[in-house]
Amino acid sequence: MPVNLFKWFARPHALLDAGVLSMNRRNLCYVSRYNKRSLLPLVDDKLSTKRLAEKAGVAVPKLLGVIQYQHDVQQLHKLLDHLSEFVIKPANGSGGKGILVITGRDGSDFVKGSGEKLGFADVKRHVTNTLGGLYSLGGKTDVALIESLIRADPVFERYSHEGVPDIRTIVFKGYPVMAMLRLATKASDGKANLHQGAVGVGLDMASGQSLRAVQFDQPVTHHPDTMQDFSALSVPHWKQLLTLTARCYEMTGLGYLGVDMVLDQNEGPLILELNARPGLAIQIANGSGLRSRLEMIETLKSGDNAVSERVTYAMTHFSHF
Amino acid sequence: MNTARTQLALVVILLTVAGLGLTLYKHMTLGFPLLPGRHSPVWTLEAQINFDAEDGPAQAILTLPAAQDGAIVLDEFFSSPGYGINVKKQGSQRQAVWSIRQAEERQTLFYRIQLRLEPEHLTKAADEPASDKPDTPVLTEPYSTAAKTLLATIREKSSDNESFTGTLLQELNSVDPDQNTNMLLGNLTSRNDKVQLILDLLHQEGIHARMVRGLQLEDGRRKQPIVDMVEIWNGWHWILFNPDTAASGAPDNFFLWQRGGKSLLDVMGGSHSRVEFSMISQPIPTKQLALEEAASGISMVDFSIYSLPLEEQNAFKTILLVPIGILVVLVMRVLVGLRTSGTFMPVLIAVAFLQTRWLPGLVIFITVVTVGLWLRFILSRLNMLLVARLGSVVIMVVGIMVTMSILSWKLGITQALTVTFFPMIILAWTIERMSILWEEEGPRDVFIEGFGSLLVASLSYLLMTNRHVEYLTFNFPELLMLVLAATLLLGQYTGYRLLELKRFRSLIGKPLQHPAEY
Repeated sequence: MPVNLFKWFARPHALLDAGVLSMNRRNLCYVSRYNKRSLLPLVDDKLSTKRLAEKAGVAVPKLLGVIQYQHDVQQLHKLLDHLSEFVIKPANGSGGKGILVITGRDGSDFVKGSGEKLGFADVKRHVTNTLGGLYSLGGKTDVALIESLIRADPVFERYSHEGVPDIRTIVFKGYPVMAMLRLATKASDGKANLHQGAVGVGLDMASGQSLRAVQFDQPVTHHPDTMQDFSALSVPHWKQLLTLTARCYEMTGLGYLGVDMVLDQNEGPLILELNARPGLAIQIANGSGLRSRLEMIETLKSGDNAVSERVTYAMTHFSHF
Repeated sequence: MNTARTQLALVVILLTVAGLGLTLYKHMTLGFPLLPGRHSPVWTLEAQINFDAEDGPAQAILTLPAAQDGAIVLDEFFSSPGYGINVKKQGSQRQAVWSIRQAEERQTLFYRIQLRLEPEHLTKAADEPASDKPDTPVLTEPYSTAAKTLLATIREKSSDNESFTGTLLQELNSVDPDQNTNMLLGNLTSRNDKVQLILDLLHQEGIHARMVRGLQLEDGRRKQPIVDMVEIWNGWHWILFNPDTAASGAPDNFFLWQRGGKSLLDVMGGSHSRVEFSMISQPIPTKQLALEEAASGISMVDFSIYSLPLEEQNAFKTILLVPIGILVVLVMRVLVGLRTSGTFMPVLIAVAFLQTRWLPGLVIFITVVTVGLWLRFILSRLNMLLVARLGSVVIMVVGIMVTMSILSWKLGITQALTVTFFPMIILAWTIERMSILWEEEGPRDVFIEGFGSLLVASLSYLLMTNRHVEYLTFNFPELLMLVLAATLLLGQYTGYRLLELKRFRSLIGKPLQHPAEY
């Protein structure tokens, strides 16, 4: 085979040696083996995830209200009357679509994160659109959630173009396995989606220290919009955050899980969303493969270990340093 | 897990052995060739007669193909519930007579013949004209004068019977015929009348001529009409002419059904009668197959595709190609890692390509989806429920198809008329999916998925139109078991996809940098 083919393609056994998890293997050996199909609706719907979390005592952004049916929209005025900052999001939305962030009031008007002012009628129309399925996957009718506003921890302030950065952790059989921070950029249009140009920052499992950062699968050293150096970045409350992710296993019963968290400056780590088919880009952001870590856990003598033991295991075994 | 793997391996082995075994049995014992075109083909021709009975006795007379050199009749079959069948000889031609005492409503009769055609099957007719001069037909005025003038002009431009006929046909088919020709043609109502006019004119000129009917053989055609030709005597032998193109000689793959002017189908006690033909070519005659199987004690043929009516057999030629497309989709998704819009949508697009041909199909598909996407964006500004929105997309697709057909017809691009072969619902779903993708992920993803889908569809089409693939899937349907085995194996593949080798290439051989080394 000509040599320069390998400039573009890795040799399969080299990827295998690096412990890289393939999509086929993720689907067959992890998602379909460890995630019972009947449990999937728990994580597909943000409302049921939230209720589940509240029951289990797992920290989530506070639910201020739910608008389930069109006639509930009449209640909206009473509900929002005493609120000055909140977020309205669809329960079945994806990729940040349909999320309305209100950061303040100006008389009877609502002020958006961007500074734009909305009247009550605009907010009401947004809720009606949400219920009609405008933002939900496949256009199914939906439910609108009203949540407390998250104020991102100041540590991220200079690293995000827009929006609140979130931390994606892969949790396998209750063990946090790999984590990355996702930062919105101008290119990603304020969305924390790697595939659309958000920056992924691999995080050391022992400390939350940044390892390396990638955008469009290519390493970067500075945030493309704010020009901040990623090497100084370290996620605080790390152990508390890992503990929270590990608890999602008992909460949902799903063996292979992607947990998305945010760091609120007052509330600390909060669970934002769960994903039963988390993507593989986290490997690129971390510069290392998932497969070897997953297999380590598969060989562990089972017998349910306590959450704290699992977190300690992850912090000692999956550290880079 | 391990038992599941063993079970799967067992099933795969069983399927492979059974599929290959049956294929080899058919090849070695029953003599099915494994490659197409190694033997002279066996053609099965089916005539389907339809008429509306008038609530009384009914009789249908169909002229049967004449015996001819190089065409060996292997099997003949009449199907007609409740009818008495009688075959009688009428000169050199045979006729089948179906009769019934009481018939009402729509009647359908079948005649099926199986022939082996040698390459040079269409030999020239051996007979000679019965008389020196044909009977001169009597034409009424003013047609008589017009005919005489026309014949005189043609005579000046030609040297013998053959060139006379050629010139006459060219004149009759010319875009800008002269006044006399116009008058003669103006009197015609059907194609049959035109052939009759040609015969009358030739007879007037003293040239022996007769009508010949036949079929243009093409594998897998359904609902074909019979083709009328003109045969003239040049003094030594008979020469065929196509009355529409003035071309002389028999066209390739022409099967001669009937000589002379008797009608092909006569129906008494019925109306709206018509006869249509289906044809299919096979590597081996089913009768021979049946005989050999009967000798070996098992009869598989009774339960094979060959036992179905020709129309259904032809339908299966396409249906049996679908698994090949499925296999292509699997390979491209599981081994290569291409993204497609809708799992098996590319296969359905490839099936539509079979009808439209590749390039016209591609252009039509891209046009419809692009226009549809544009209209769908206008629609998405209105706040609508899913089912209503999908419904409107389907209606818009119908609108686009109609507009496209009419516009292209007016512009003279007839290929675009094949737009009807694309399944509407698939087009609508593609548009819906693409527009959601556009809104959620952006145009880049739409192009990636669209490109992936069309690439997979094109590859499927390439494989499905391969002569060998087509031949093997239809004549050895047991090979489906091998396709199924391959599918089951691919369903267990946990290795890397080709595109993952590219995506994850940054993960190898690079020691991780410590943050201090940034």
